[in-house]
Parts: sequence; C-alpha cells; structure tokens
Amino acid sequence: MMDTAFIWDIFLRLIVALRVTLSVWALSVFFGAFIAAGVTWMRGSGVKPVEWIARAYIFVFRGAPLLVQLFVVYYGLSSFPVVRASVFWPFLRDAFNCATLSCALCTAAYQSEIFRGALAGVPHGQVEAARACGMSGFLLFRRVIFPIALRQALPAYSTEVISMVKATALVSLVTLWDVMSVALKIRNDTLVTYTPLLVAGAIYFVVNYLIARIFIFIEQWLSPHLRARSA
Amino acid sequence: MTRGSVLGAALTCSLLVLAGAASAKDWKTVVIGMEGAYEPYNLTDPSGKIVGFEPDVAMDVCARMKVECKIIAQDWDGMIPGLQAGKFDVIMDGMSITDERKKQIDFSTAYANVPAALATAKSSPLAKLAGAGKLVNFDKDKAAGAATLTSLREALKGKTIGVQVSTTHATFAGDHLKDVATIKEYKTTDERDLDLKSGRIDAVLDDQTEIVAMLGKDDAKDFTEFGPMLTGGDFGVGVGMGLRKADADLTAKFDKAIKAAFADGSIKKYSLKWFKIDTTP
Amino acid sequence: MQPVTWTTALGFGERGWGPALLEGAVLTLLVSIAGLAIGAALGSLVAWSKLSGVRIAAAIGESYAAIFRGLPELLVVYFVYFGSSAALTGLDHLFGGQGFLGVPGFAAGALAVGVISGSYQAEVFRGAFLAIAKGELEAARAVGMGRWLSFRRIIAPQVLRFALPGLGNLWQVALKDSSLISVTGLSELMRTSQIAAGSTHQPFTFYVAGGALYLALTSVSDRVFEFAEARATRGMRREAR
Repeated sequence: MMDTAFIWDIFLRLIVALRVTLSVWALSVFFGAFIAAGVTWMRGSGVKPVEWIARAYIFVFRGAPLLVQLFVVYYGLSSFPVVRASVFWPFLRDAFNCATLSCALCTAAYQSEIFRGALAGVPHGQVEAARACGMSGFLLFRRVIFPIALRQALPAYSTEVISMVKATALVSLVTLWDVMSVALKIRNDTLVTYTPLLVAGAIYFVVNYLIARIFIFIEQWLSPHLRARSA
Repeated sequence: MTRGSVLGAALTCSLLVLAGAASAKDWKTVVIGMEGAYEPYNLTDPSGKIVGFEPDVAMDVCARMKVECKIIAQDWDGMIPGLQAGKFDVIMDGMSITDERKKQIDFSTAYANVPAALATAKSSPLAKLAGAGKLVNFDKDKAAGAATLTSLREALKGKTIGVQVSTTHATFAGDHLKDVATIKEYKTTDERDLDLKSGRIDAVLDDQTEIVAMLGKDDAKDFTEFGPMLTGGDFGVGVGMGLRKADADLTAKFDKAIKAAFADGSIKKYSLKWFKIDTTP
Repeated sequence: MQPVTWTTALGFGERGWGPALLEGAVLTLLVSIAGLAIGAALGSLVAWSKLSGVRIAAAIGESYAAIFRGLPELLVVYFVYFGSSAALTGLDHLFGGQGFLGVPGFAAGALAVGVISGSYQAEVFRGAFLAIAKGELEAARAVGMGRWLSFRRIIAPQVLRFALPGLGNLWQVALKDSSLISVTGLSELMRTSQIAAGSTHQPFTFYVAGGALYLALTSVSDRVFEFAEARATRGMRREAR
C-alpha cells in the first residue's frame, strides 16, 4: 500500500543515485560526441583502410550489447596481467572510469551513424551553390554543411541522448549504483513489487522530459524558416 | 427453537461451509518459479531443464504433499510481480528469510542455511586472521560474536570487501563494516570473484560453499579462506520458499512437508550432493 | 560439477550450450523484427499526427512519444506484460476460470519493444519528412497530385530514404531492447547467456559468446540495411562534400 514514509525514503535514496546516472551519462555523451566526430570523419575520408577501421568500430560498438561491452572493458581487460601492470591500470581500476569509457565508446558508434545520416541529408544543391560562390574546405563546412547537418541531426540525436540516460541503468554490472539499480536493489530487499520502480520511473521521466524539451527548443531556435509550418 | 430459526441456522452454516471451501484452495498443482542461474541452489542444464538443490527439495516435498509441482524459469526481475500476479505460487531461488521481506510475503520454514565465510589473497595480511575453521553464531554466542566482529573490523580497516547485492552478507557488511572498510556490491558472485582475482577488492564475504567452490578452481590457487565462519545475527535463519500471504494454508502444507523431509534425512542427502556440506539450519 | 572447458561449454555436445544460445538468437531476431514493425506503424502514425497540424492529434502523438521515450524500458514491459495478463486473467475469471492466464510472452515482448521503438521512430520519420525539399511538395501539388498519390510517389520514398540511417540505429536499439522479453519468462539470447554463465560459473565465456552472436545478427542486418540504402539513394549524391 502507499506508505508515504516508505516512498519518501525510496525517493531520497534514488535522488542520491541520480548523481551517478547523470555523471556517467553526461561524460559519456560528451566524450562520445568527439569520438563520433572522429569516426565519422574517418568513415568519409575516402582512404580505404581508414574507412574500414571506422566501419569496424561502428560494427562492434553498435552491434554488441552495452552489457557485454561494459563486461569486457571492466572485467575482461583487468583479467590480463599485462593490463594490470600497464600505465592504464590506475585509470581502469576504477569502476566509474570504466563505465564512462565503455558508455562513451558505445554512444560514439550510434552518434557517428547519426552524423553520417545528417551529412548525407544536406541538399547537394546547397553545397554546389556554395562552391560556385568560391567557398571550399573549412569555410564550406562551417557555414553551409555543418549548420544544415546539425539541424537535421537533432531529432535522432535527442533520441540517442535520452537513450543513454536509460542505458546507464546497466552500470550496476560494474558495481556502480545508478537510479534504476538502486530501485531494483530496494525491490529485492523488500520484495515490494512496483513502488520502487514507479518512483524510479517518475524520476527518469522527468529527467528525460526536460532533456527532450531542451532539444525541441534548440530545434526551434535553429529553424526559424520552419516555424510557420505546424501552426 | 422455531422452524424458521433452525432453517436459518442451517442455511447460515452451509453458507459458511461453502465460503470456507471456496477460500481454501484445493491445491492439486503448484507452480514454482526459479531462475535456473544460481548454482548450486538451482541451475539450468544445456537441454533447458532446471536442476539443483532446490528442484530436488521441491520434488521431494511436493511428493510428500501429494501435489504436482511444476517448475518454471523466470528471471529475477519478473519473479516478484509473477508471484503477486499468480503466474506461480512459490518462489524458490535461494531467497533469504528476512524481517523486511516478511512484510510482503510469507516464508516457509528454512530449508537450508549456509554459513558465511571470507576469502582473500594468500599474500594478504588478512590471511593470517585468527579463528580459521571455527563457526561463530551471532545469535547463540553473543560474546564470541562481539569479539569476532571487533577483530574483523580491525583487520579490514581501509580495505575493500566485495559482497553480492541484496544478500544477508551485504546487509551484514552494510551494518557492521561500512564505516571501516569500502563495500563494493556486485550483481553476481562470479563477477565479484573476477574482481578479487584482478586485485580490485581485498576480500570477499559469501556463502561458505561458494567460497570453497571458487577456491577449488585452478585460477584461485593464490587465494584462501580466512577467519571464522559466521552465522546468525544479520545472516538470518536461512533460505526459504516465498509464498503469497493469502496462501497461508499452502505455506503450512509446505512447512509440514519440509519438516518431514528433514526428519528422515532427505534434505541432508540433497544438501551433501549439491553443497558438499550439510546445510540444515 | 566438473568444470568444462569453454570449447565444450559452447559446443553442441551433451553439455554444450550451443543449441540453447542459437535458439536464443533466433528468438531475439524474431522479437526485434516484430517490435520494429509495430514501432514503424506506431511511429509513422505519431509523426503524421505531429505534422498534420491538427492540434489534438499532435497532442496525443506527442504525449505518447514523451511517455514512452521518458520511461525506463523495464517499466514499459511490466505494464504491457503484467497489465495485459491481469486484464486477461480478470476476463477469464469472469467466465469461471481459475488461476493465472498470461498473455503469450512473445506477443507482450514484441508489443513492448514496438511501443518503445515507435516513440523513437516518430522522431526519425518526422526528421526525414522535414528533410524533403519543400520545392518537391509544392511541385507535386502544383501538378495536381492528390494526397494519396503524392504520398505514394513523393513523400514515402523520400522519407524512407532519409530515415534509413536513423532506422538502422533504431533496429540496433530494438535488437538490444529485445532482451526485455526475459521478464515474461522467455529466454532470448542475453538471458540464455546469463543463465549459462550462472550455471557454469563461466561469465567471460558466455558474455563474449553472446556478444559474438549479437554481432553476427548485426552483421546480417547491416548488409540488409546497406542494400536498402543503396537502392533508396540511387540517383542521389551520397554525401555533401
């Protein structure tokens, strides 16, 4: 039954865990974006071996479940004595670092595909016109390709960003206790069927809703010419 | 008495009997939910059949109760709602009996109680902790329990201990060791053992049978058990079957059958087969 | 129990988990396909509702998308499975049944995956629609094409073309979300790997094996999507340079 003291206690514990969720999420999305930019560039570079590496990266990190990736990065790497003796060990020893690294690598693969799709969606006519005006190289990218691609990437990008918030629920595999994992832990300890999950669900919903709203705002801000459409 | 009131009384009685009969379910089949991933309590063999200590106990006990028992596989996340929804009638999954859990469901009498033990690297100073081979019961011997706790807290100061989440070991560590040592909680014991071997944690606290099984493998030759075995107190009275509170009659039936199975040594037989020790509570 | 080497554990012999893992992989594939299909239907409905300009439809579509994007997937599959099972059981009891009547796990799992996927697919379809050059839509109207004809010949092919990379991503997501079906008791690939890992105490072997099978499924579906993309974008410059 709805015992308010119990619900409040769950809520407080979950809010503490929210810090884990949000920090893993924010860092992995942020660093993932840079990795993704690199991978997208490699994939479109035209140099076959470089392209092949990028495609292999996307294949592995999109194809394998994040759970398996977390397992391999945290438990798999540490099982090799050569890794434990290396200069990376102080970094890899820590669960938070491994979890963030693994999530960043995973989201980078998805983000890279989003970037690729957005770049492909830039109307070729616009690029031709820009070239006819004498634009090339970085100026062409900065003033024509990037803004258009950015706008087109936003819907899919917001999807990926919100997906990552929920994906962080897997980090309990590597001893980090995020909101969902703590909720499930409370559930196991008390055997209360739904209440911890409902509280967790509410927290995730609010966070995701805020993120979605921010993206909608950015989208509208970047598309003044489209605003009249759906009025 | 007048005719009317006799008739009235008879009607009322028969209605009560009917009502009673309707609420007392006629248990012909009982569905039991297990994970099948929790060796040796229950595990799945490659053909998909669930085997282990708990299936053996279940079949034995159900035969005594003259009911047909069906075991179905369910992952842990779906176990609790499944019980409440009626998908199965019993949960048997190495579930420890705790007061907290008793608020939501009923437990049968405990059918196994494995003492807890600690393990660490042979090279660690912890390996020399006194009390190896002894069994300390926090309920029955409060003085020894307090002394053991003090020496444990002293030895584990500043160290990292690994436990499995939502177990009595996690509760014990959280209650008594959290302020002196770092506690890392793992979803499964296999993963925690991996971290012990890679040096991320200094010690593990778990079922003594699990520790022994882990130490028996080739890659664990640098590790050893240390300190006394522990039971009682936070470690509870053991594992039991979980049933809905509404099915008190079924719980009573199981209790009777379990007690009978203990009395003639059947459960001890299964325990020796799967745990290699006698886990009678 | 005697510990088995990883080759035996994964093999097809008596103690090998090979067949079980392959069965799990097939189940994963089927649930994902069914889920994606349901998601496509729901997603295009929601995208259409948002683009149509009708306020109420847009509001409903937006609420659906917001709810199922915002909620954790575990909650969604609970509601779908236990909710529909409770409804079915209630109906059954009305007719004198006893006990629990569960909705088939596959249906509940596919529906859950589909409902979640649909909320994401809506955004992909919407973005793809907005990427169509306005000139083309105006030209279609100017030429006198009716709603259905312009949809069939102009809008749908182009939406598909622009949506494919996004859909490729969402297919991968559906493939991973399919592991939710384990809540209904069915053992798809991820759950089978975990059961095997827990029963044999060989987590590394089975996590990697499960991962490899997921990669195999990905490899096949990547080919399919590449083929689809090549066909859909023929005649179109691939990447702006």
